[in-house]
Order: sequence, then C-alpha cells, then structure tokens
Amino acid sequence: MAREDNYILDMQNITKIFPGVKANDNVNLSIKKGEIHALVGENGAGKTTLMNVLYGLYDPDSGQVYYEGNKINLDGPQDAIELGIGMVHQHFMLVDPLTVTENIVLGNEPRSGLMLDQKTAKKEVQDISNKYGLFVDPDAKIQDISVGMQQRVEIIKTLYRGAELLIFDEPTAVLTPQEIDELFEIFRSLKEQGKTIIFITHKLKEVKTISDRITVLRSGKSIDTVNTADVTKEDVAELMVGRQVLLEVEKTEAKPGDEIFNVENLNVKDNRDIPAVKDISLSVRKGEILGIAGVEGNGQSELVEAITGLRKIESGKVELRGKDITKYNAREIKREKVAHIPEDRQKRGLIMDFDLKENIILGYHDLEPFSKNGIMNYDNVAQYTQDLIDKYDVRGGGMEAQAKNLSGGNQQKLIVAREFSHDPEFLIASQPTRGVDVGSIEFIHKQIIDRRDNGAGVLLVSAELSEVLSLSDRIAVIFEGEIVDVLKASETNERELGKLMTGSKAEAGGESNE
Amino acid sequence: MDTLEQIFSLSLFLASFRFATPLILAALGGIFSERSGVVNIALEGMILIGAFAAVYGSASTGSPWIGVLYSMIAGLAFAAILALVCVTFKANQIVVGTGINIFASGITIFLLQVLFGVKGTSPMVNRLPAFRLFDVRFNPITYIAIILVPIVWFIFFKTHWGLRIRSIGEHPAAADTLGIDVNKWRFISVLISGILAGLAGAHLSIGDGSAFVREMSAGRGFIALAAMIFGKWHPFGAFGAAMLFGFAEAIAVRVEFPFIPSELISAIPYVLTLIVLAGFFGKSVPPAASGEPYYKGEK
Amino acid sequence: MNNYSEKIKSVLTDLGLSLLSIVIALIVGTLFIFLTDKSPLDAYSALYIGSFGSFRAIANTLWRSTPLILTGLAVALPFRAGLFNIGAEGQLLMGGFTAGVVGFYFTSLPAFIHLPFAIIAGMLVGGLWGGLPGFLKAKMDVHEVIATIMLNHIAIALTINYGINIFRDTGRPATPRIMESASMFNFKNIMDYPLLSNLPFAELFAQPAIRLHINFFLALIAAVILWYLLFKTTLGYEMRAVGFNPDGAEYGGINASKGIITAMFISGAVAGLAGVGEVLGTHLSFMQGMDAGYGFTGIAVALIGQTHPIGVILGGILFGALAQGGLEMQFSGIPSEIVMLIQALVIFFVAALQVFKVYLAKRKAKGGVE
Repeated sequence: MAREDNYILDMQNITKIFPGVKANDNVNLSIKKGEIHALVGENGAGKTTLMNVLYGLYDPDSGQVYYEGNKINLDGPQDAIELGIGMVHQHFMLVDPLTVTENIVLGNEPRSGLMLDQKTAKKEVQDISNKYGLFVDPDAKIQDISVGMQQRVEIIKTLYRGAELLIFDEPTAVLTPQEIDELFEIFRSLKEQGKTIIFITHKLKEVKTISDRITVLRSGKSIDTVNTADVTKEDVAELMVGRQVLLEVEKTEAKPGDEIFNVENLNVKDNRDIPAVKDISLSVRKGEILGIAGVEGNGQSELVEAITGLRKIESGKVELRGKDITKYNAREIKREKVAHIPEDRQKRGLIMDFDLKENIILGYHDLEPFSKNGIMNYDNVAQYTQDLIDKYDVRGGGMEAQAKNLSGGNQQKLIVAREFSHDPEFLIASQPTRGVDVGSIEFIHKQIIDRRDNGAGVLLVSAELSEVLSLSDRIAVIFEGEIVDVLKASETNERELGKLMTGSKAEAGGESNE
Repeated sequence: MDTLEQIFSLSLFLASFRFATPLILAALGGIFSERSGVVNIALEGMILIGAFAAVYGSASTGSPWIGVLYSMIAGLAFAAILALVCVTFKANQIVVGTGINIFASGITIFLLQVLFGVKGTSPMVNRLPAFRLFDVRFNPITYIAIILVPIVWFIFFKTHWGLRIRSIGEHPAAADTLGIDVNKWRFISVLISGILAGLAGAHLSIGDGSAFVREMSAGRGFIALAAMIFGKWHPFGAFGAAMLFGFAEAIAVRVEFPFIPSELISAIPYVLTLIVLAGFFGKSVPPAASGEPYYKGEK
Repeated sequence: MNNYSEKIKSVLTDLGLSLLSIVIALIVGTLFIFLTDKSPLDAYSALYIGSFGSFRAIANTLWRSTPLILTGLAVALPFRAGLFNIGAEGQLLMGGFTAGVVGFYFTSLPAFIHLPFAIIAGMLVGGLWGGLPGFLKAKMDVHEVIATIMLNHIAIALTINYGINIFRDTGRPATPRIMESASMFNFKNIMDYPLLSNLPFAELFAQPAIRLHINFFLALIAAVILWYLLFKTTLGYEMRAVGFNPDGAEYGGINASKGIITAMFISGAVAGLAGVGEVLGTHLSFMQGMDAGYGFTGIAVALIGQTHPIGVILGGILFGALAQGGLEMQFSGIPSEIVMLIQALVIFFVAALQVFKVYLAKRKAKGGVE
C-alpha cells in the first residue's frame, strides 16, 4: 500500500543481494515531495545500491517501489527517466571524447531526418543552463573541462529529461568547500522550482547544512528516519555505526627529527602529457606526518606516482636520507624501506585474482625468506601471511581466499599489514581510508600514528579534509600542480584550507615552503 | 629503372583499389565492432566463410549476385555466433574469435569435400561482371567498398546511431544509465561487421577470381585490423591505411624486384603490417571500453 | 583444512568443464558427420580404434600428441602472463627449419654433440621468433595477436617457400635428409640398441609402423619445467602477476616488459622444440606441409587444459588421439577436417563455459552471505 499524497516516493522492504553480500536488507525509504532528503551511512551501507534500484539499474530481489502513489516496475533507467527520476552519479557517467551537448542529449537526441540535429540540441542545453544558472560550454569535450563543470553537465542531463526527483550520489566528494557551497545553492534553487532531492553522503556536516530529513542505513538495513533539526552530528554518527564514535583521532604531539625525504622543483606530466606537478618542493621529517590537502585531480596522484617510481619525472630531484633517488624505479625505492599505500587498491595495491598469500608478498616476493635464488618458499610465505592476518584482523576466508572476495576495508587492511610489516622508515599513504568502514578507518589511522611515533616519516595524501586535519602535523595545500602554502595543522582549519585549495593564498600565518 | 617505373605506374595505383577492397570492407566492419566495444579477431574467418558461401551461391544458382547475398548471410551467421557467445554470454572475445577462425578454416575444407567432392580448390563458378580500366579489372564490390567509406563516416559522426555506438565503446555504463541497451547495440554492430567481412570474402572468390581456394583469406582479416588501428578507428583513416596495404600487395604481385627473391615478396604486406603496428607512424588509442564484456549493474 | 577442499573443488570444476566441453563438441561434431551420409557410430568407433585400439595405436597417439603438447605449452604459458600467442605455428617452423639445416649441414659431428646442438639451435631461433612479438608488445604496445599471426605468414614465406628452395638437393620439396648423428631416437629402432633391447617391453615397440620418438619425453619434461617455473619460481610469480594485473605488478616493482618478453621467448622456444621434433624425429628433414596447423591446435589444447601445464599434457594427448583416430576415420570415408571442426568447437565451448564458472561463483556467494 502506498502512502498519502505528499510522499513522492515510497520504497518498501527492498532487498538486493550480490555475491558475498546482502547490500540491501528490507530497506524502507519514504521521501516527501519538494524536500531535500539525505541518505547517510558509512561506506558499504547500501546507499548507492538502493538508489540504483530506484533508478532502474538493478532489479530488487524483493520489495516494492511506489512513485507518486503508483507502484512502479522498472526495466531499466529509461523507465525511471520517463517517470521523472534523474540521477547524478558519484563517478560521472560521461563519455570523455564526446562534447557536453552530445553527452547531454545522448539517448534522447533531437533529429532532423537521418541526421542528429546539433543546433537544436545546443539550444536546448543553453536554455536549461540559463534557467537554472548552471554554466557549461556546450561544445567542449568532457575530457577537457573541469570537474565542477562536469558535475553541472550531469545535472543538466537530468533536467533535460524532465527530472522532478533528482538523486545525487556523493556529489561533494570531488569539490572544494566553496564549490560545495555553490552546489548547495543549486540545491536550494532546484527546491524552489519544485524539485525533490535525495542526496547520498557520509559527511555529517553537509547533512546538517542542507537537508530537511535524514534516513540512516547501516550494513544494508534502514535504521531510522529523522528530521534534521532534531538531531546532532553525533546522534547521526551513532546511528550510522551503531555505537559511540570517536570523531576525532587521539594523538600526541609530534617529535620530529631530521629530514628524511624531500623533493626539489619536481615536474611531472599526466597521462595526456600535460604538466600535472609544477616545480613542487616539499620535505618530510622523521617522526612527522605531512598531509597534502587538495581536491582530487590537482596533481597529487601524479606526485605520488612519481616519487614511488611509477611515473616518469620530467625534471627535479627526489632525495631520501640525503641520497638522490630520482632515477630509482619502483623496486629500488621499495628496497629503501619506503612503503606505499596506493590510492587505488584494486588497480595498484593488490592482484585481485591472487590469494592473500601471494598478495602479502607483492613487492617483496624476491626477498628472503619468501624466496631464495629465484625459487619461492611458499611455506614461509604461508607462515608470514597467517601471522599478519591474525595481527591485523584481516577477515575474508583465510589466506587461500582470493583478494577480490574481501571487503574494501579488509583489502585495505591487508595492504597496510603488508607495507607496515617491513618496518618502513618513510611511508606514503594515498587516500588510505577511501571506501573503508569506520571500524577499519579507526584502525588504519592508529597504525599510521604509531608509525610516526616510532620515528617514520609519513606523507599523507587525502581528499578527506577531516582526515588530513586530524592526522597531519603539517599540511601542504596543492592546487593545479603547485604547493600553495604549507601550514602547521594546529594553526589552521577547514575553512582556511578550503580557500587555499581553490588557489587563493593565505592572508596571514603559516610557513612558506622555501 | 624498370622496377621504379613499374611501381609508379597508373595501373599499379588502380590495382591497389582492387587489392584494398577486402581490406576496406573488413576494416569498416572492424570499426563498427570495435567502436562498440567488441574486439573482432574473427574477421579472418568471416571473410573465409563469405568467400566460400559466395562460390556455393553462384554454383547452386548460377548467379554470382546470389553468391554475394550468400556471402553476407554467411558472414552474418558467424558474426551472430561471436555476438552470442561474447556479448550475451560474455566469454573472452579473443579466444572465441580465434575459435571462429579455426572453425571457418575447418568447415570450408570440410564443405569443399562434402558439397563439391574436392580437396583444395572448388570448381569454377560464375563470377561477378566487371570491366577493365588501364589494364586493371574492377568488379562491383570495389565500388561498394569505396562508397561505403563516406556512408560509414556519416553514420558514425552525423547520426544518433553513430553517437550511441561510439558512447558504448567509450563508456558503456554512461550509455546504460541513459537507457541505451548496450548489449543490443554491440550485438548489432558485430552483425554488421560480419556482413561486411562476408562481402569482402565474396570479392576474393567471385569478384577477383571465380573459385574458392582453401585458406584464401590469407591473413587479410588481420591486415584489415591493422588498417583499422593505423586509421585510428576512423573510416577515412582505415580507407587510407587499407589503400597502403593494397598498394603493398599490388607491388608484391605485379612488380619484379631484382634484388628480392620472389618467394619473399609475398611476405611484404605482413612485414609492412608489423612496421605499421610498431608505431613507426604514430600511436593509436582504441575506444576505451573495447575488449571488455559489459555487465549490467556490476559496479 | 577448509581451504584445500576449496582448491580440490576448483580443480574438479575445471576438469568437469573441460570434459563437458569435449562432450558437447563431440555431439555437435556428430551433426557434421551426418552431413557426410556416414554413420556417426562408424566414425567414432574408427576414431577410437585408430587412437587407442592397439599398442601401435597408443604409441602413435603419443607420437602425434608430442608437437601438440609443446604448442599447447607455448600458448598456455603466455596466457598466464596475459598474452595470446597465436604464433606457435611460425615459431615451430622457424625452430624446425633451423634444426633441419643444422642437421644436414654438419657432416662429421658425433651424435652427442650434433643432436643437442640441433635441438638448442632450433629452440633458440624459435625463442627469438617468439621474443620478437613479445618485445613489440612490451615496448611498443603492439597487439600480440596480430603480430604473431603476421610472423606466422612471414615464417611460412621464409622457411617453406624460400628456405626449402635454397637448400633442396632433389626434386622433393624438402631440405636434405639430416645426418644420422642429428636424428632423434625412434622407438621402432629399439632392437638396434643392445642395452634397450633387453628391456621387458622392447619387442612391443619394434614395429615399423610405430613412429613414437623421444621428443615425447622432452615434451613431458618441458611441461614439468614450465609447471615448476610458473608456480614455484619468482619469475613465474611475476609473470602471473603481470597476467592478472599489470598495474599492480608495476606497483610491486615487477618489470612487466621483462616478464612479457621472457614468457614469449620461452614460449617460442617450446614451440620451436615442437618443430625440432618433427624434423629430427618424424620426417628427418624440413619439408613442405610442416605447417600442419599444430600452432592453432595448440590453442585448443591450452584451453582444454585450462592453461595448466599438466592439463596441457592431457589435452595434447586428447587431440593427438583425435588426429591419430582421424586418419582411421578418413579410411572410412569421413573427411579428417572433422577433427579440425571438433577442435574449434572445443575452443568455443571452453570459452563459453568459463562464463559458467563465473556464474557458479556468484550463485555460491549468494548462498553464503554475511
């Protein structure tokens, strides 16, 4: 039975199962017309799955969906679009080599005869753009425009198709604090025009800022729906995790020693041969954590790849303990007691089809006791693996299990276990807790702090400002491939960092990076 | 010198069109398939079965035009197998493609025995009508091939079908979320590639000659793929590349080189393909999603 | 432990899928036999008799399986490193031709030098013919499928068209007969060797129609060596890592280029050994017709053996049986190309059934949730 009129959407008892996981377990969600509704939960709680069911991308294994009072049965996104449901995905669904206009009209192309009507298409895009204040360049190719503009293209895509209910999946993951404010302005403007918005997030501050009501999911189940005004961030966090959560990391004051790592005037290009790292100089001391704050896509990935031997260095110098390692390859760098937690664990950090044993030795496989003279000693490997699995509580089926069958959090713990077990003196951690459940996040943060306290130098790269602020001793802000400023963590805050992340220099305070 | 004169003669240039024809057709087919995201290693087998079917059609009805029709159907049928197993069942495209090539080799020889009672070469059949221009014989399929080039360009860059095919080859998930049926369009694109490859086969057996000879595709399916890559998956580029390879083959067949033994001349097109692929003429980037089966809702 | 029963289950699944593919392929093959107006029963019994119906048949099945095991290994090894080696045919030809030339050219070498020399020379050249596309792939990102096929055609031009013509000394389209000192031991000659003729089963082998020679054992040794390489050495670990995830391998400090080129070189050497065996053991010269499609059959062998060296041995014997039995079928009037069709069908079904494996994995996971 559907509910009364002012509910535009009613999802009842939705269950969806994937190999190894029940993503949605009897979930209930009701949305009022014209509201901004936040769907929260930690990574893996089932939020995206639920919205994909709503959008027709997945068939639920059981349950009903009522839209505007009618039971709906979606065969695919086309049906959802026709009903007026639009979705802006977390990872943009844009075709890089095609233009903004082509991406927007794809699937609903205006035609004249056999041909695609480019003129009409462009005009319609511009009309929507003007009506809602969403500035885009209709003729630009997606691969050439900024992330912010790409997101606006995604929004126009939904409006072009007459969306009344808009779903946003983690829309702020790729935005600076200022861009997030702009996005929320767009939300308010859309609400004024009568649209309903659901937005998925795990960021509690945003939820308090913009939403009217909140639904919390945890481990695939719907826990509660509350009015935003009636709860605090801590209340919501508790609902998300099921226990009291430490929102701040506990750590003691750092006791930094000598410099262990530095780069000088480093220049690196990205995959399209465009300079991504421009003349960067940085240094990290033993016993300190240097955090690099910046919106993704400003050169951090290329910087990390360059200093770990995975990307060519155009010019500049990299030094470790005073030794020039600029020309070193990945293997040689590893042998210098440098550990690297990569930002993409599935692509770089693990061989998903290998079992845990073979992943534990990745990068160290040609060293004793794992092998000798080119012959592997899998007995030793097994022993080592079991020790680490026990110590780091890596769950997923024992050492014979394949890495791909582990949850994101356990995969990350495996990587952390591997890298830390070799006692690194310099650690590079790139997005170390992305896609990881809160329990594992706490664990990994503690491990990093421990490393620091044991005298290692740590370079932390993270798009999560809160993580950078809570872990780092010093923070360098990167924008468009350059270091804008370097500050003591204790002397700055999110607002200031946010400003720096968009390129404006600090008005006062903080060290310069020379 | 005599050799140079031979190379730069008009008739050699025109002959290039004739030799390039099967490559143009197969390369255009390859573009459809790969732009939609399916690697079609089986063009070779589709050409071969098309060649055989054309001869069979001409033999049983006396009309080479029916033979042409048969060749396209045969190519379509084999493409349907590839599409079914790779797009619908999502098996490994290269393995299945190789299987189809081996199957085509086997079945054509088998049918030669069963249908014609011969081992290596079929009996002569009626071939397509043609006319001579400067000492070079042209048949209708060559014209079809040349006309198809701008038509395919138009389809890909001026129609909405082309827009959709290009999008599913680059970012199938994006197309899917807009309600485009990725697997359906891939299936269709593969079928089109089969029709074109079958037609290429017809050119070889009843356009250029008048019989089927075992293994007569001789690697052209792969050279066509190289032409497609060299042409950066663009119809005009593939046409240019195919003409280059056609020119190489024309030279191999018609020109006498005093310093290269005749047995090795036949290797020229293959060596050229290698050189082209090695990127001595620039790098080529394929459609981003090419080669991977698309699983709905598996993100 | 729980995990070992998982491993056994996975091996059994692989075995089951391979067997299923063969059965389905044979069933579909039956349809083709109907086209020839002959009885499938006759066909399959001829197949059986020809391959396993007598000691001679079995010995010859093993003889035929020799080049197939080797080309199967030549496809399986690179497959594990993420590569498709369709060039076993060309590598076989280059290796065999080299062995043939070394075999007749050196007239006064003692056997214990001449034979190994010829074998090693053949394997080396085969290795280079495999290493070349490996190099092109590693350094210039050339698709190895196209490159290896081009090299096949070039090899045919070089060896069969050109090479034979240069060296032939009679009307026969072949290189001159090799010296005795370069020939591989043929089992039918077992009675000529005093030590061996005293072995219990010696007489069984002494039939002139038996063509089994020692390359069969070299093939088995090669399979064991490759198994050890893949699963027990660091090089094998690195190859498999590159095969599954080149980016992850790069992160782990593995030099993908080295892995790719090495895998292709070894693969070419193994395929070369197949050619060497055919020249030094079977035909005693390099002749026209050596391009008998072993390279392509090797693909089917590798797949049916689930790209595992031990599976390849079994797959090679299976296809050797098909080839040997196919001859018998031919005497009953059924074109031996049926065998080629069955090969192709096997490839299809193995590929298609792999998907079934994925489906099974999902089903199992759905059941054991949380």
